[in-house]
Amino acid sequence: MVAQLIEDNNEPLRQQPVDSVTLDIIENALKNARYEMDAVLFRTAMSPGIREQHDEFPMIANRDGKMVVGQFGSFIHGFMSSYNGTIEEGDVFLTTDPYSCDGAISHANDWLVLIPIYKEKRLIGWSAMFGHMTDIGGKVPGSLPTDARQIFEEGIVIPPTKIYKRGQLQEDILNLILHNCRLPHWNRSDFNAIVAACRTAEKRCVELSGRFGDDVFFSAMDELLARNKRAMRQLITNSIPESKTYFEDYICDDGMGYGPYKLACTMWREGDKVIFDFKGTDPQSIGSINFYLNEEMFKMFCGVFMIMVFDPQIMFNDGFYELMEVRIPEGSLLKPKYPAALSCRTHALGRVFDIIGGLLGQGAPDLMCAAGFSDSPHFMYSGYDSEGKWYQLYQIGFGGIPGRPMGDGADGHSLWPSFTNVPNEFLESYFPLRIEIYETIPDSGGAGLNRGGNGVRVGYKFLEKGEISIHDDRWLTYPWGVNGGKPGRRSRKLIKRISGDEELVPSKCDRLPVEKGDLLLFETWGGGGWGNPLDRAEDKILLDVKRGLVTVEGARQFGLVVGADGKINARGTKELRASMRESCEKLELFDKGGDLASIKKRSLEETGFEPPKDPSTR
Amino acid sequence: MTQTYRLGVDVGGTFTDVLLINEDNGELFSAKVPSTPMDSSVGVLNGIDKVCRAARINANDVSKVMHGTTVATNTVLTGTGAKVGLIVTKGYRQILQIARSFVPGGLGAWVIYNKSEPMAPLELTAEVDERIGSDGTVVIPFNEDAFEKAVNELKNEGIEALTICLINSFANQEHELKAKVLAENMLPGVPVSISSEVIPEMQEYERAITTVANSYVRPKVQYYIDNLAAELTDRMGDVKLDILRSDGGLSSAVNASNFPVNLLMSGPAGGVTGAMWVAANAGFNNLLTLDMGGTSTDVALIEGGNARLRRETTVGDVTVKAPSVDIRTVGAGGGSVVHVPELTGALRVGPQSAGAEPGPAGYGKGGIEPTVTDANIVLGYLPASAQLGGDLKLSLDAAKNALKEVSDALDLSVESAAEGVYNIVNENMFGALRLVSVEQGYDPRDFALIAFGGAGPLHANALGKLMGSWPVIIPPGPGVLCAYGDATTRTREEASRTMIRSVETLESEELQEIFYDLARIASLRFAEDERDSTESSFQADLRYEGQGLTLPVEITIEELGSDLAFLKDKFDTVHEQLFTFSLTQNVEIVNLRAVLQGPQPQVNQVDDTPTLSDEVHEYGTQLITYDGKQTNARLIDRSKLQSGARISGPAIITEMDSTTLVLPGFDALVDSYLNILINPSED
Repeated sequence: MVAQLIEDNNEPLRQQPVDSVTLDIIENALKNARYEMDAVLFRTAMSPGIREQHDEFPMIANRDGKMVVGQFGSFIHGFMSSYNGTIEEGDVFLTTDPYSCDGAISHANDWLVLIPIYKEKRLIGWSAMFGHMTDIGGKVPGSLPTDARQIFEEGIVIPPTKIYKRGQLQEDILNLILHNCRLPHWNRSDFNAIVAACRTAEKRCVELSGRFGDDVFFSAMDELLARNKRAMRQLITNSIPESKTYFEDYICDDGMGYGPYKLACTMWREGDKVIFDFKGTDPQSIGSINFYLNEEMFKMFCGVFMIMVFDPQIMFNDGFYELMEVRIPEGSLLKPKYPAALSCRTHALGRVFDIIGGLLGQGAPDLMCAAGFSDSPHFMYSGYDSEGKWYQLYQIGFGGIPGRPMGDGADGHSLWPSFTNVPNEFLESYFPLRIEIYETIPDSGGAGLNRGGNGVRVGYKFLEKGEISIHDDRWLTYPWGVNGGKPGRRSRKLIKRISGDEELVPSKCDRLPVEKGDLLLFETWGGGGWGNPLDRAEDKILLDVKRGLVTVEGARQFGLVVGADGKINARGTKELRASMRESCEKLELFDKGGDLASIKKRSLEETGFEPPKDPSTR
Repeated sequence: MTQTYRLGVDVGGTFTDVLLINEDNGELFSAKVPSTPMDSSVGVLNGIDKVCRAARINANDVSKVMHGTTVATNTVLTGTGAKVGLIVTKGYRQILQIARSFVPGGLGAWVIYNKSEPMAPLELTAEVDERIGSDGTVVIPFNEDAFEKAVNELKNEGIEALTICLINSFANQEHELKAKVLAENMLPGVPVSISSEVIPEMQEYERAITTVANSYVRPKVQYYIDNLAAELTDRMGDVKLDILRSDGGLSSAVNASNFPVNLLMSGPAGGVTGAMWVAANAGFNNLLTLDMGGTSTDVALIEGGNARLRRETTVGDVTVKAPSVDIRTVGAGGGSVVHVPELTGALRVGPQSAGAEPGPAGYGKGGIEPTVTDANIVLGYLPASAQLGGDLKLSLDAAKNALKEVSDALDLSVESAAEGVYNIVNENMFGALRLVSVEQGYDPRDFALIAFGGAGPLHANALGKLMGSWPVIIPPGPGVLCAYGDATTRTREEASRTMIRSVETLESEELQEIFYDLARIASLRFAEDERDSTESSFQADLRYEGQGLTLPVEITIEELGSDLAFLKDKFDTVHEQLFTFSLTQNVEIVNLRAVLQGPQPQVNQVDDTPTLSDEVHEYGTQLITYDGKQTNARLIDRSKLQSGARISGPAIITEMDSTTLVLPGFDALVDSYLNILINPSED
């Protein structure tokens, strides 16, 4: 361990038995503290990205740095072994460097704050939180340049830094950092808000430890980890087969002309341990779509997903990490070599969830969900308004939740926890634009017994000359359907110029000039369908048609014929369903819209764009 | 001399409570009658008859009836509202379908999330060609033909209420007003709600859902209130009916039926206002309230005699932007079911509830699942002699049997498991109490804790201990507390508007003018004879430029006369209290609001001349388990307690509809209003 932990009280904390009721009380109290962290942050942060869309993640860890509550990849151990300095009461650490924290944050826009929690001069735990900053400088507004080749082009990168030294803010350092950002007042207040949230957790931990005794609090955190491990061991043994399961999915392109990038993973169990091996994943990109995947973060994703699918009652924490092993090849898209660019990792981050779903689902198809809106597409708009004032918007888009065993996927919703859209009236008040269309796209959700949710179409009318950047995906490969369900519709961007011209805009692009009066149609993709669409109840389909969520033409995907009177054509439906049943022999577990070669072949005709070049040819 | 009377009426799930107050001398009469869920006005009228008989007065002598109602709440919870049509700006037809794109829960929660159907179905949502800009300018003129076509289509679908929510109408309501006039002409008898009247604030989804909720509950509420008002006039002649709103203010019957979205928390607000009044009489103005019922517990914070308000109301999974007393609810009540999930072996309480039927196992009505009440029975806190509103007989054996499954799974004795349940429920409520206190920057040790509801007094002492909030107050007859609240609150009306402006760019004259205008609008909602006696206060929702949520700041008329720099100072102070830091950033105004309150009712709680009798009617002892030890508690009949009585714990004080537990190491004192005040023993 390089970091030197300073404690004036060297009396060791003692393990002691904790009765199960006390344990449950401490668990509840920690959970409350974690939600309190969110509440404090949302109320005080300033950038719409954090305060409206809630792009942030909190955690509370035990003395050893293991997360007891929260949603995070553990990194404290790594931090302790690489940080060359002291850790003292009142210190607050800030880092934005993925390469310095094993990828606990995966691009430099995420500012990670870490606080050691002391009570009576002794370390009793840690609180940490990271949030996405709208801008950290670098070559493009928003600091997410598609064409960056090194992390240095993506704005300021902060190594683990003591930003508060024994309670004293290091103003010079903070000013130096903020000076490198385009919207320093947002960064400053968001940073303050994250620190305030971490301090809240600190206060709660100290109170709890005071209430139950330091030794009990310390022991309880360990026991909570152990309890989770026991539960997960049982879950893993019951639900993961020893035989190998393989799944692959893609990132369509890297915005530099190459793609699709394959993410491949093989899963199997040895005893009570499950192994995930990403062998076969494509090499890293020259651009910025690389995702520096933290192994522990992946374990957390898997664990959370398993809990949701198999038993939502389990309280989630780091306890089970020893039961999983993750192997990621060096130099691959998921473990790029320093100083590879990382800013646009959002697509791979999202796609990892599709991989997890596809892997775990093969063993339990009934519980499997289709491919969903596995991304957070970005839209950025910036420039100087007619009064010479700089404006800069960063926004996250939403799409279709996949069809699931529980039911249809919601239309135009978020797969990320606590994310919300920004009210359009708010946008119109603060930015020179008007949202003329805000709707979900009929038929974009994949057909199925439970249909996928529809993607969203937002029509941005620009009221000032400026530049836009877009980061999206799934324009080429499909959000797949499962158990006979159809894939969802892909994404598309179209700009209607004030001049009358129309042009398709690529899924990933930076600094596209727009004129006053231009209209951008930003269309995200739908969720895949679940189960055989021919089994979907006719009245349910008809209701979707009445609601404009499915068109009359789209209803035929479910084998439903709707007449000109808006009623079900019973005979036509019967015939259509019969012929559709006949023509498809067996239901496919996954429907990815055809194999990659044929998808690429149809690319120009269907998407308006040539298919990207195979990354292996680079 | 003729006496004047006012009446408070609270309709609960089981009983309707009526409280009659002689306005001249403060004399009180109360009556309890069974509720009539089919048409709750029947129970209300029965109650009024009964209380008038008891007071030997003529119903005509009652001049005011104040009523808290759960009609709006139940309509939302049971999904039995009107068939609502919605008309929105072109491009926004799916405004409720998309909502805020939010999926509740943590990472991966979408796997199990099924979104509920919007209150205005998408197939009954239409668009109209029109557009207002964010600065209030007309971008596209209102297309009357398109609008009439849309209304006709909805009319053919048989809508029972219509909502109109147009983009940026908070900045200019011209189009919505036009639409309202047209629609009302075309749809006689169908109530039309427009968003700029219901909630003229920014954020299109929140405005739409709030206005739709208003439409959704409006026909039912309107029918109920009209009906009740007619019956009251019939029996009592010239009587004024006021309805308690979610924010704890009273509203005229007409305003209540036009804006019923403001009544969604009317019921619980009655409890809080009642608690406030009872405690104020006893000399406590800083309070935490704890209302623990069968399925859930409501908590709220009262500071300086005012309940904290928030700008939104949540019922079920619907959140609307209507002001309400900041009541937090946790799914922990007497009927909450206890279980131990196999995988974790943790002890969990709720959120499932055994409900009223079959109820806790110990009620002996066929329930087998262990509940919080069963734990209380096993621990001896709820003795067999407790009556729970009448003929219910408690079964210790049934409670023990039910809990055995839990104690076996935990490898504990039944008593230890029961104590675990008791502690965990307390922890859940503790969490809710912290939300309204610590999390808002208040120190709970500066507050007294007042407990009511069927189960509240059983847990209050323990919670006082966790919070450090003393004394713990158990008011007499916890059931009539809501009726107290109804009868003792003031009429309150407010008017607001969104105006996003940096404080720096604003002159105090301009602000003053807006506030006076808002006050004038609010005053129109009062009856003419009341307008002169209203009291106005002003509020601005402020934030640092670019910040998310706003914080309300109170502004006095005197302050308005000066330089507006004081706004930033005030805001900085509030911000620091809540979040530990303030910023040098400019402060901006988001919403302005004028709040008008009618005169304070002249009601005095009867002050029983203190008899100062320390005589305590002890009718037995009960073995209880506390802190792992068994000990004997005295059983005391509350109805025989007089002011001045002092009881040292452990003791169990029983009455008709509730049971109070005084823990070892604590003393209970009966004050001159017959409240029980619990404090830590001095020695």
